[in-house]
Order: sequence, then structure tokens, then C-alpha cells
Amino acid sequence: MSIAAVRPDSWNLPLVLHVLGAMVLVALLATAAVVLSLALRSDDRSAALRLAFRTLLIGAIPAYLVMRVGAQWTLSKENLEDADFTWIDIGFMVSDVGLLVLIVMTVLTGMASRRVRRGDTPSGLVRWANALTLLLIVGYGVALWAMSTKPV
Amino acid sequence: MSRYDWLLFLHLIGAFAAMGSVVVFSVLMLGGDRIAGAQLTFLGRRLWDVGGLLTLVFGIWLALDDYSIVDGWILIALVLWAIAGATGVRIGMALDSGTATERLRPLYAVMTIAVVALLVVMIYKPGA
Repeated sequence: MSIAAVRPDSWNLPLVLHVLGAMVLVALLATAAVVLSLALRSDDRSAALRLAFRTLLIGAIPAYLVMRVGAQWTLSKENLEDADFTWIDIGFMVSDVGLLVLIVMTVLTGMASRRVRRGDTPSGLVRWANALTLLLIVGYGVALWAMSTKPV
Repeated sequence: MSRYDWLLFLHLIGAFAAMGSVVVFSVLMLGGDRIAGAQLTFLGRRLWDVGGLLTLVFGIWLALDDYSIVDGWILIALVLWAIAGATGVRIGMALDSGTATERLRPLYAVMTIAVVALLVVMIYKPGA
């Protein structure tokens, strides 16, 4: 039996925040994807789009911030801020591009929600927002692989 | 990549799914049940099915390979997993049968505390 490494205690709180934020973020993206799919065929599109918008704005964006602050804090504790590792680069790329995508899809969902209240049928906006949500989930899957297997 | 890396990756996918189940149940408790009750209940239940299975199978595999299955923090995690599993399955079944979310809040609170405590125990590894 080999004993895996146990990290110093001072690294644990930032790591808990980072992982918890990432878990909540991905779960809320999955929730938004399901609700956006429902909005395409529901009788009450307005309620579904409002729920998706609030899920992203009130849930996913704050969860992203917790994940990202936790990541930076963890890197700082581990003295890896200037390190050149592939797994860190993947994490930065997914999270930085991911923030942009998250903002875009939140705006798209908000616009779709407004248009539905005016009586329009913004299927294109909803489809784009849904596609971006699924893309982001895949991106975070890649980041999770990089964080856990740590390719150099 | 070593076997440990792959086992950890699969274990973490399970952990993300298990926490995802708690988050989806949270959305249902906060009023999502009135808009997408059936769809979100389905999602929450499947996430727990996948998350519960992967965390347990790959967690035990990791414990046997790299730690000791009788370490205190692993035994605590197994107890927390059982609590989360029992409450998660009951919440999913109750939501499927149309039970009002207000009546499920105590169970939901227990599940949430158990899953968050699991994460904390996994990272802090008390006694390791």
C-alpha cells in the first residue's frame, strides 16, 4: 500500500472553496440547460426563461466567483502563481473563457426572457444560450480532468 | 497518468454529480418545482444515482490502493455517504410522487449537510 500525499492544513480552506464553487457552478449550468430545453417547448416559456436567467445570474455567476477566488488563493498558498504547468494553464483558459461565455449566455437568456414577456418567440436566443451552457459543461469537464490528473 | 490519477478523476466526477444533486434539489426547494418540477427531479435523481455510485466505488478503490480503508476519515466519509444516500433517495422518490417541497426540507437539510461535510472530510482528511 502506498500512502498518497496529505497537503498542509493551510491549503485546505482555499481548496474547499475552489472545489465547492466549481461543483455548484457545474450543477447550476446543468440546471440551466434543462430549464432552457424546457423553455423551447413549454406552454409557460416566460416562467422557464425567468428561472434559467435567475439560475445563471444569482447562482452560477457567484459560484464562478467563489471557484475563481478559491483557485487563485490555492495557487498562492501552494506558491504556484508563476508556475508553468499544463494543468494550471488549462484551468486558467477554461475559467477565463468560461467567464466570458457565462456572461454571454446570461445576457442571451435575459434578452430571451424579456422578449417572451413582450409576446415574441426567441427560440434562436434560447438555443444559443443552451448550446453555450452545454459547451461550458464540457469545458469544465476538461478542467476537472486536468485538475485531477495534473498533466505537466 | 497513473492509476491513482484516473481513479481520482472518476471519483471527482462522482463527487461533482453528488453535489449537483444537492444543488438541483436546492433549486426545486426554492420554487423551481412549480416551473420544471418533473425535469429537475429527474435530473437530481440521476445525478445522485451516478454520483453516489461513482464516489463509493472509486472512493473505496482509492482507499484500498492508496490509504487504509479503516482510516478514521474514510470511515466518517462512509457514514456521511450512507446518510446522504438514504436522504437523497427518499427526497427523489418523494418529489416523484408529488410530495410538497415544504415537507421535505428536514430531509433536504440533512442531505445538504452530509454532502458538504463529505467534501470537507475528503479535503481535510482529519487524522490522516
